[in-house]
Amino acid sequence: MSLAVDINKNGHPERSLQFYVEAIGLAAPGLPDWRSAEAVLRGEQAFVAAELPPYQPERLPANERRRATPVVRQAFRAAEDAIRQSACDAAELASVFASSDADMNVLHRICSALAEPSRLVSPTDFHNSVHNAAAGYWSIATHARRTSTSIGAHDTTVAAGLLEAAALLLDEAIVLLVMYDVPQPKPLLDQHPITSAVSVALIITRERIASSCASLRLTLEALNDIAPTTCGDAGLDVLRLSNPAARALPLLQTLAQQRNDRVLIEAAGGRRLRIDIETLA
Amino acid sequence: MNPLGISRFTVTSSLGRGLQPHVDGLRSERSGLRQRPFESSTLAGWIGQVEGLDQPLADAFKDWDCRNNRLADLGLQQDGFIDAIAHARRCYGADRIGVFIGTSTSGVQQTELAYGERDRALDRLPGWFNLRTTQSTFSVADFVRLRLQLNGVAVAISTACSSSAKVFASAHRAMRAGLCDVAVVGGVDSLCLTTLYGFNALQLVSPDICRPADARRQGLSLGEAAGFALLTLDDGSSEFLLEGYGESSDAHHMSTPDPEGRGAAAAMRDALQRGGVEAHAIDYINLHGTGTPANDLAEDKAVVALFGSGTPCSSTKGWSGHTLGAAGILEAVFCLLCLREGLLPRSLNTREKDAALCSNILLQSRTAELRRVLSNSFGFGGNNCSLLLGRRA
Repeated sequence: MSLAVDINKNGHPERSLQFYVEAIGLAAPGLPDWRSAEAVLRGEQAFVAAELPPYQPERLPANERRRATPVVRQAFRAAEDAIRQSACDAAELASVFASSDADMNVLHRICSALAEPSRLVSPTDFHNSVHNAAAGYWSIATHARRTSTSIGAHDTTVAAGLLEAAALLLDEAIVLLVMYDVPQPKPLLDQHPITSAVSVALIITRERIASSCASLRLTLEALNDIAPTTCGDAGLDVLRLSNPAARALPLLQTLAQQRNDRVLIEAAGGRRLRIDIETLA
Repeated sequence: MNPLGISRFTVTSSLGRGLQPHVDGLRSERSGLRQRPFESSTLAGWIGQVEGLDQPLADAFKDWDCRNNRLADLGLQQDGFIDAIAHARRCYGADRIGVFIGTSTSGVQQTELAYGERDRALDRLPGWFNLRTTQSTFSVADFVRLRLQLNGVAVAISTACSSSAKVFASAHRAMRAGLCDVAVVGGVDSLCLTTLYGFNALQLVSPDICRPADARRQGLSLGEAAGFALLTLDDGSSEFLLEGYGESSDAHHMSTPDPEGRGAAAAMRDALQRGGVEAHAIDYINLHGTGTPANDLAEDKAVVALFGSGTPCSSTKGWSGHTLGAAGILEAVFCLLCLREGLLPRSLNTREKDAALCSNILLQSRTAELRRVLSNSFGFGGNNCSLLLGRRA
């Protein structure tokens, strides 16, 4: 992990955070896991947005597996994918869980119940309604006792997640970042259309290790009107805009293509997060 | 770690608006909890409600209007906080001031109201409902950012009842990482049917007033609060300091703490280590102390394991109720006021201490010179955070 201050073309200082990617997990329509997604993201195979079948988390104990909701399963799908490729022990990872809306299906059930005269809220729904439900299940499943932070930043959740996770590397050697959202039920879908179920996981490290595959450098740009990076493929770009977590797709494309490149994604207040990606041999 | 200065802070809860009623409430042992229903709730019990949230936000923020953002707005207007941020904006620039706000339910009451008016035939919510600016977890953080005219890094942290303690840790890291020069941290959570009926469904709400550590405690009383602080690099000018923070996960159960309190102990130990102090340097511990049988017992084990039975401690939830995502900032401010006033507050409403609890829970308030205190916040999902707060020697 290194911190740098450069002077940009307008003469202003620009601060950046640099760290390493050790493993990647992905679950999205047509992109069931990182290994099979790589060829699509490299443009070697056509992207077909096929819905993924339901997922059974591998690591959840039976009790928790029964209670885990679709959004928890979606988060686990990418997180477990990343862990499978990682040399790191899941129990030793600090984590950041980033989601715009977390569990809108649970919210829908609770608010529907509250609109009835009996107001019978399910206790399981209530404990699943917390924004950090997926993180809680993950720590139980993996016996991870280190720090875990759950955040939300609407459509800028990927930028906020990357910044939170990168800054956490100041305290922790390895961080698991999981970004995820799932479609809301009908009445809420009209409000913030999340039309696909997507999760992305990155295991990032402070120092370069044998299994590091890329170096990322994050810079929060001054307010400008440069458009975020698109996917260059119509189908993938529809996916990118269909879910806040899918805003990470241009970054994942660059990682899959093992290129050195620069990607811009939207951050809070109309700013851009610049990601400079360097592939490591 | 290098301490941060806490150059300004404010809080609003059922005790009143701004710092003074909180000092007065602590001194006079007056609770903000009342036995009354919340709006259309039919549940009995005690709540800590903030008065005066019936006025909509100013026109410029009408899209953001909901109980939670009204509470944020009211909270920001106390103790000269808005002016202090305006000054910071001139010193550092709007894009160099970060915003880190903790909340558990954000503006969920707006969604509850919208579902009450839902068109069932079309399965449609009323036109006035705006999910992004009210219900969304980020809504309150974005509102605070806009209200304070800031454009730096901004995030909502939502780890249930530890949310607005965690903001101090995230802000400390963001400042070290150079993402911002100074940080507005805070927490806002407001009363709503979701939490009232939800905690009721989990059988965690006390029919009686919340009595932390009491032998016959029956659970928590819910409250609401908004609190904010401005964190700056320590240039020697701030009387109050963030000297450490500790974070951990229980990895035990979604809504029940590890009965041995291992996660709680790990968070406190982490805070002490980061602050470079031993347990005996702590003059007071503000407990998470929800008043549920399970929480108070587990936390007691953690405290005794680290501090023995000597360090004075108490929960202030008998004053405010459990303000959930705002509990971290509210209780951090209680701690700062205790440091400032030299006050060790008792465990309010506790009649007879549970004999199973071995920590030094204060049954009488007293005055003492305080230098360093710890504030605990633990949340669903087993998410723990402990803050080490100090007064400059």
